[in-house]
Amino acid sequence: MTGLPASYFSPGNSFVEFLGRLEPGSAGAAVGARASHGAHATQPGAQADQPPAATTIVALKYKDGLIMAGDRRATIGHQIASREIEKVYPADSMTAIGLAGVAGLALQLVRLFQLELEHYEKIEGVGLSLSGKANRLAAIIRSQLDMAMKGLAVVPLLGGWDGAAPRLYAFDVTGGSYEERDYAAVGSGAVFAKGSLKKLRKPAAGPRAAIRTALTALNDAADDDAATAGVDQARDIYPVVARVDASGYRRVPDADLARALQAPGRAGGASS
Amino acid sequence: MTMPLYVPPEQIIKDRSDFARRGVARGRPAVVISAADGVLLAAANVSRALKKLSEIYDRLAFAAVGKWSEFEALRVAGIRYADLRGYSYARTDVTGRGLAGAYAQTIAAAFTGDPKPLEIELAVAQVGATQESDAVFHVLFDGSVSDELPWAVLGGATQAGREAVAEGWRPGLTLPEAGRLARAALTGADDGPGDSQAGGVGADSRAGAGTPGGAGAEDGFEVGLLRRVASGRAFTRLQALP
Repeated sequence: MTGLPASYFSPGNSFVEFLGRLEPGSAGAAVGARASHGAHATQPGAQADQPPAATTIVALKYKDGLIMAGDRRATIGHQIASREIEKVYPADSMTAIGLAGVAGLALQLVRLFQLELEHYEKIEGVGLSLSGKANRLAAIIRSQLDMAMKGLAVVPLLGGWDGAAPRLYAFDVTGGSYEERDYAAVGSGAVFAKGSLKKLRKPAAGPRAAIRTALTALNDAADDDAATAGVDQARDIYPVVARVDASGYRRVPDADLARALQAPGRAGGASS
Repeated sequence: MTMPLYVPPEQIIKDRSDFARRGVARGRPAVVISAADGVLLAAANVSRALKKLSEIYDRLAFAAVGKWSEFEALRVAGIRYADLRGYSYARTDVTGRGLAGAYAQTIAAAFTGDPKPLEIELAVAQVGATQESDAVFHVLFDGSVSDELPWAVLGGATQAGREAVAEGWRPGLTLPEAGRLARAALTGADDGPGDSQAGGVGADSRAGAGTPGGAGAEDGFEVGLLRRVASGRAFTRLQALP
């Protein structure tokens, strides 16, 4: 008589650790091996063999929340792989995650992290604290260090509401987690976006001004970085902009983004 | 060398069944009822921390009675089963049938193979797009599983409660009506013969077994609802019976 395997009854509340404990050959073990060791991808060779990469994510706090925005371009070397990739997602109802780096790994990591938070919440009956979420994410990034050393790096930004205030975390490929006070950016265009954010952001401003600042920063990054797209008004493709405040994660509708860009006295960025 | 005493299998099964049935009857009951707006789950439970109901996945929830330590292990295993399946395939590929089957196999293996059978009874509830597609899988201590009814009353001393729900249930039941049926099932069972054992041996290890009698039951309900939502996680906890 068979039933649920013994590993299903081991103590713990982490889905990632559970995947790592699965017996080889059992259903899902292959997924587990990929998630915990990440050793199956091929070495990047010529440009044509390179996986698509996603680029700039920006995040900034405003008076009582935070905005996270990611452009929509994925590139393979000098070619554009996608104009409509999404890089900013809800990690749970109160947290946004944005990823720069290898697109395939990044999307997988979002699924894994979303599930990790949901799994913990279901088993424990209460959700993780925001700093607990940041630590879990850091551990997952660290477990993929060998991939990063092969050139297949994924670097996230995490922003959420901790019950009283918005908090923002940046990471590096080794799993280092750094809480940022005001703003952060990752990806190939981050240098340009950060310069823009540094000059334009107003901590006391409201959400609409913060959305404009985020879009401007992305446009500034796109202006100087070929792998970042900015706002593509010709095709009606807008960045993914998420707003997190006391009432949780919300994606800002494209219509609101278009209005924010048209606001008088506020140029959409260096390019417009 | 001594020969092992021969015990016929019928006797083994009967002894183990009696043992498990007594264990299940010591705890207080739980009920799962499919209604028009979702699937209502309720349990007589005075503990705030030790839950008898749980979310499993988007459309799946769990209810159990008996020994808390035993069904808690199965609850966690069920969450892992569902999350792994949804991660390996897709969220829509996680079904109550699969989970109920896994539970039935595990409980049946323990019933015949372990030093003692599990003293639990559980239900896997699944909410569908319409009430016709709701499912309630009722798994007993020996691993036998049934899904023919749109409701289940869990617990050993629940004959009166079972009759109350069987009589009052109809398709299109509203949530307040389901709440009244659940109250009847849970309090009706409190007056049953098994209640004399509540608070007896092992009561400390059984969630909700602490207060015998129906007097405090009004405050002692744990209530959950699988809402009939288009997508996402359907389970919510309610403060009181609707």
